[in-house]
Amino acid sequence: MRFELKRSYWEDIRIFRYRSDFRWYMALVFLLLVLPVFIGDYYISQFNVVFIYSIVSVGMMLLTGFTGQLSLGHVGFFGIGSYTSAILVSKGIPFLLAMPLAGLLAAAIGILVALPAVRLTGMYLAIMTIGFAFIVEEVLARWESLTRGNMGMVVEPPSIGPFEFDSEFSFYYLALLILILSLLAARNILRSPTGRAMISIRDSEVASQAIGVNLMKFKAVAFALSAFFTGIAGSLSAHKLSFISPESFNFLESVKYLAMIIIGGLGSLHGAVLGAAFLLFLPGVIIAVKEYLPHAIASQPGLEPLLMGLVIVLFILFEPMGLYGRWMKVKHYFEFFPLYKKDTFKRVKSYYKAEKH
Amino acid sequence: MVLVEFTQTVITGVSVGCIYALVALGLVILFKATEVFSFVHGEIMMLGAFIAFTCITFFHMSYILSFLAAVFITGLLGIGIERLTVRPLIGEPVFVIAILTIGLGYVFRAFVSMVPQWGTETWGFKTPFSDQYLRSGELVIAQDLVFIIVCTVLLILVLAAFFRFTKAGVALRATSQNQLAAVYMGIGVNKVFTLTWAITAALGGIAGVLVSPLTFVHMYMGLFVIKAFPAAVLGGFSSIPGAIVGGLIIGVAESLSGFYLPEGWKSVTPWIILILILLVRPQGLFGIQEKKKV
Amino acid sequence: MALLTVKDMTLRFGGLTALNSVSFDVEKGEIYSIIGPNGAGKTTIFNCLSRFYNLDEGTIHINDRDITKISPSAVSNMGIARTFQNIELFKNMSVLDNILLGRHRKRSTNLLKEIFFTKAVKEQEMRSHLRAEEIIDFLELQQYRDQMIANLPYGAQKTVEIGRALAMEPEILLLDEPSSGMTMEETEDLSFWITDIKEAFGITIIIVEHNMGLVTSLSDRVLALSFGEPITIGKPEAVMEHPEVMKAYLGDEGAFA
Repeated sequence: MRFELKRSYWEDIRIFRYRSDFRWYMALVFLLLVLPVFIGDYYISQFNVVFIYSIVSVGMMLLTGFTGQLSLGHVGFFGIGSYTSAILVSKGIPFLLAMPLAGLLAAAIGILVALPAVRLTGMYLAIMTIGFAFIVEEVLARWESLTRGNMGMVVEPPSIGPFEFDSEFSFYYLALLILILSLLAARNILRSPTGRAMISIRDSEVASQAIGVNLMKFKAVAFALSAFFTGIAGSLSAHKLSFISPESFNFLESVKYLAMIIIGGLGSLHGAVLGAAFLLFLPGVIIAVKEYLPHAIASQPGLEPLLMGLVIVLFILFEPMGLYGRWMKVKHYFEFFPLYKKDTFKRVKSYYKAEKH
Repeated sequence: MVLVEFTQTVITGVSVGCIYALVALGLVILFKATEVFSFVHGEIMMLGAFIAFTCITFFHMSYILSFLAAVFITGLLGIGIERLTVRPLIGEPVFVIAILTIGLGYVFRAFVSMVPQWGTETWGFKTPFSDQYLRSGELVIAQDLVFIIVCTVLLILVLAAFFRFTKAGVALRATSQNQLAAVYMGIGVNKVFTLTWAITAALGGIAGVLVSPLTFVHMYMGLFVIKAFPAAVLGGFSSIPGAIVGGLIIGVAESLSGFYLPEGWKSVTPWIILILILLVRPQGLFGIQEKKKV
Repeated sequence: MALLTVKDMTLRFGGLTALNSVSFDVEKGEIYSIIGPNGAGKTTIFNCLSRFYNLDEGTIHINDRDITKISPSAVSNMGIARTFQNIELFKNMSVLDNILLGRHRKRSTNLLKEIFFTKAVKEQEMRSHLRAEEIIDFLELQQYRDQMIANLPYGAQKTVEIGRALAMEPEILLLDEPSSGMTMEETEDLSFWITDIKEAFGITIIIVEHNMGLVTSLSDRVLALSFGEPITIGKPEAVMEHPEVMKAYLGDEGAFA
């Protein structure tokens, strides 16, 4: 176990709890910086996808993991981000401006979605956001003068000044930088009053009103922030793929986003990244393993959705705290060895007491 | 002519609405009794359709027998889902179980795509009502549509009688009022949960067999009833008449907008109606706003 | 001028009249108790004051400002803090975080500053932590400081709730059955704290309480309710001996005769 003598309140506030944490993160960043030199374009591309979806995952985590609001329509924000950025860049606006604008537009629409949403509870909200995703997909497909409809759009690679991020290698550093910035921003929000207010809404709406948290305002803030990150990721993704069309923003994509944060572990930023990495490396692993499987199994097109479904089901049943939760349990085990109690993390079974009329 | 077109569109809408209503009814009963929000009902419906299709096409069974087989097997499937995946999660937040059912939906779709003779193709089967029409003047209505409506009405009557007159129905209603109190009163709440899953899954299976002539049988037909969600929410998600009315509204609105409005509206109209109604009444048409007691 | 003035507070749930024309006022610096048998409408008054229920009739004024129609969070932001009968804490957060959340109404930074964690945010956080630690010291919660609420014993949870309310630096503190479920020792501590809160922090306190010993020793004035009707208001001893109050608690005298 670790006992540290705290000497200042700042030690409770700063980004990294312990000095050793900071060193570990630095080591990780350094590793990620040199990694692309040693791996091929295929793997770099995989990492790029993971970085992009980690940003989505951070956005989802803020909304669902920390504020407790379920959204099944985030692919709508992703689509808005993709198209805004693609259209702006095609009209000659520099990428460096188009990307934040894409995020801001997504955030603005996020507030619009939040306005009716804040009065809704739980699953009503989830259903409404499905509707939002359907409407966005349809608008993208029908607004042909702007989006070229179902024909899709070719997107230019991102460029800053004269420099073009036109290879996977250069894009890697762009995506990594934006992911790190997103994580720092999310961490800052979470250690300040806004973040605490968001978490308070997740834990008890009644109590958060009693301490003066304006539910409508902070739910809207959570939606806007979450949509902003998702929009930014959408912009990056559009420029990476260099082609976008409405059907890639089907509402089922949102299930993937949800799966990322559940697999990672709700309520932790580490979990957001771990979950995205796990889910997006999975197809790569499947492809790699396929060669060794009998043809009858390997040729099944349903293999990937099957694993995706199974992963969600098995994680919820057996690892409800996600990958990060597992990591914490392992750490806990060694810290308290040999006094580890298995039931520390056991879930409590209870029937609903809710009275309905 | 205008009137005939309109009437035909409305009748198509009503019969599609009946399908939405049946699935929505399953969702609402399930939610009321067990606090579970199931996204897997569309896939249960699809499996029902595939079972009936297999029975008719490969085992050459009669329509009625195949229908019963589909209902029976989907009912068993419901029990299986409850026992294996939902029961360990009793007491978890609603959305955790909801996401679990989304995962199950993926598994079922993948399963269907892997079964030989099912796969990713689109299938169809003949019903006793295929290619038969009711005519009245210029009005021509497919008997398949009429059968859907008749079946739905009958099912609703049977369900109403079940809730009112049987012991199991009363236990189910009690559980839906207050689970903890039901436990204290000696109601086997776990049994009620299993029963509810069986009933609602069977309802999904019925909807699947009924809807097959309209949508044909394929692995994505579960997504067709994603519109049962706006239907259920529209009705208030805790009201059984609400689910039926919601289903009909969504079905008719969708059908009319597909006929009279430009392409593309059909798929978004249900959602737009949902959002508009929720803006005015956040608890849905027939719902009651639940307030936590402090 | 009274700090809090309630006039003709009336609330109906369908056919049931939960509160019937309840009027009272609370002076600044007072400890004001509301007593009555179960179901008399004590907690309902609190829920009306913190605006969780809409009044059917009547008005609530604080310092002459009408708060009958404003939102629950706005009421809290005006400096009315409360605790709950059945504890409403943020269960998945630590004690420190719960108390820090009480500082929410003192927030003066905006989202943009917080994203970049500017100097202003940093200073505000330091102040909040300082205040939170003072409260932890005051309520002797040091041993629980970094623990999750869900792992705390009941009495400690009740104390944390008081701490969170204190962190708001409220003008009025509403305590809903603070001693219920507490041990004798904890109740004694509680009694000292309430006196301290009044005297050291100058906070006006309204208590709903069943422990008559506590009520008598602490209160400046007591309001007795029965079935939503006010019976009497006055000094604790006088209220306890009021025949109607005895009747409300013990039933008709005839039953014992």
